[in-house]
Amino acid sequence: MAAGPGVTRLEHAFREEWGAVVAALARRFGDLQAAEDAAAEAFAAAAATWPETGVPPNPGGWLTVTAWRKAIDAHRAAGRAAAVDPQLLSDVTAAEESEMPEAPDLLGDDRLGLIFACCHPALALEVRIALTLRYVAGLTTKEIAAAFLVPEPTLAQRLVRAKRKIRESGIHFEVPAAARLTERLAGVRTVVYLVFNEGFAATGGDKLIRGELCEEAIWLARLLHTLLPADAETAGLLALLLLHHSRAAARTDSAGTPVLLAEQDRSRWDAALIAEGMSVLDEALARRSPGTYQLQAAIAALHAAAPSFDDTDWPQIALLYGSLARLDPSPVVAVNRSVAVGMADGPLAGLAVLEPVLASGALDGYSPLHAAHAALLEKAGYPERARGAWAKATETSAVPALREELFRRHENP
Amino acid sequence: MKYALLIYSPATAEEYAAAATAGRQAAPGRGPWTDYTQAAKDAGVLLGAEQLTHTETATSVRFAGEDRLITDGPFMETKEHLLGFYLIDVPDLDAALDWARRMPVHDGQTVEVRTAMTGMAWQRVLG
Repeated sequence: MAAGPGVTRLEHAFREEWGAVVAALARRFGDLQAAEDAAAEAFAAAAATWPETGVPPNPGGWLTVTAWRKAIDAHRAAGRAAAVDPQLLSDVTAAEESEMPEAPDLLGDDRLGLIFACCHPALALEVRIALTLRYVAGLTTKEIAAAFLVPEPTLAQRLVRAKRKIRESGIHFEVPAAARLTERLAGVRTVVYLVFNEGFAATGGDKLIRGELCEEAIWLARLLHTLLPADAETAGLLALLLLHHSRAAARTDSAGTPVLLAEQDRSRWDAALIAEGMSVLDEALARRSPGTYQLQAAIAALHAAAPSFDDTDWPQIALLYGSLARLDPSPVVAVNRSVAVGMADGPLAGLAVLEPVLASGALDGYSPLHAAHAALLEKAGYPERARGAWAKATETSAVPALREELFRRHENP
Repeated sequence: MKYALLIYSPATAEEYAAAATAGRQAAPGRGPWTDYTQAAKDAGVLLGAEQLTHTETATSVRFAGEDRLITDGPFMETKEHLLGFYLIDVPDLDAALDWARRMPVHDGQTVEVRTAMTGMAWQRVLG
């Protein structure tokens, strides 16, 4: 076979197969570093031989078996150097014949086990995010460092420490027992949601939408949904991310300035993503196991279905925000609810929802609070007070592009 | 895997002394720590447990070159003190964290979970 197709096939295989090979080895060795090293060797071997020999009929199986042999060899070599825990070495040797995986488990407990280990609550949140992007999504250290604006060596060091902690503290690459599953799964969803949020809102940096992170998060949510199809909230998370991402092209204008929902060109929303999001959401809601992601997705679906901002089913959205506020009584939810209530029942009703949040001072540094406050004051006929709120929104915004837009509003409300 | 569950408390020496007196006077076979210890023993995970005196009573031996300096007090003056530990043998960190969460510790206390290393040469002496 010619070099071209072999290499292309390898690239195509890489993302799916690499994650699966790492997962298979990590679960059996209890050591992510060993799994990663062995997978790297197997892929290097594939890159060296496949262009000559052609792609084997079962590339995933070839990669897993090759990686498995490399890992066993590495363990033997390390054992001779007496640097390895003899109990672990004997476990691995015992497992050698019986447990050799024949093909990577693309959609099964190996994959889930790796996800649960990467998102283990014993690891710091930013470490869970980095591990998940590196070992589940297959991003490079360089890509993750760039996305989170950390120097690459810092991120690499963080990953090395995390892998050591996983190995030495006994975090297993397993699906948690039933008693712990609900809590741990919620933790996994949070990691995926935070990856999306980082791409969507971009708390720092000049680019409003780091679209790649959004796509990674959707990929992760889709994987999780495929692995756990019966879990309503996981489906709800996927639906929410798809529906939010459908607006990506309309969220900024050609100059990169953010465009608010009310002013977005709805013809630029991605109809395919909306259709998929709605169908995943319908499936989730049919399971009658409501949760915060499904509620947020239902709200996003109503926006997606609306022909215009004014012609949106605001009473229904306000109702959904009411349910969301009961499940998640956070001030951020109250801010969003105030906007919907303001549209459904008038600006004074919206201001009433916002009042306790403003009084508590809990979100004083949160720009969307002041922007919502300003818009409601404006509609209620208090232009002076609105100008003050716009100024606060401008001061607290972390995104330069958004700051400019808020400044424009504050000057010309 | 072996795990140490280290119990840290901000209790002052006086508070701790009072609690210790109450602990000795409690009816045998009663109380949350008795229940906890019994549960760990019944589950077959308990390797050992000790309750230490307050760090106020600690004496430290400081190594400086050839000198061995005896000083009054703990290694480090901190608000939270190590007051005791359980040593358990469970399959993984999740199981260890479950035992840590079940501890009847007071509000404001912390349980630190640490893995014990295995396969070290010196450990062969222990048999």
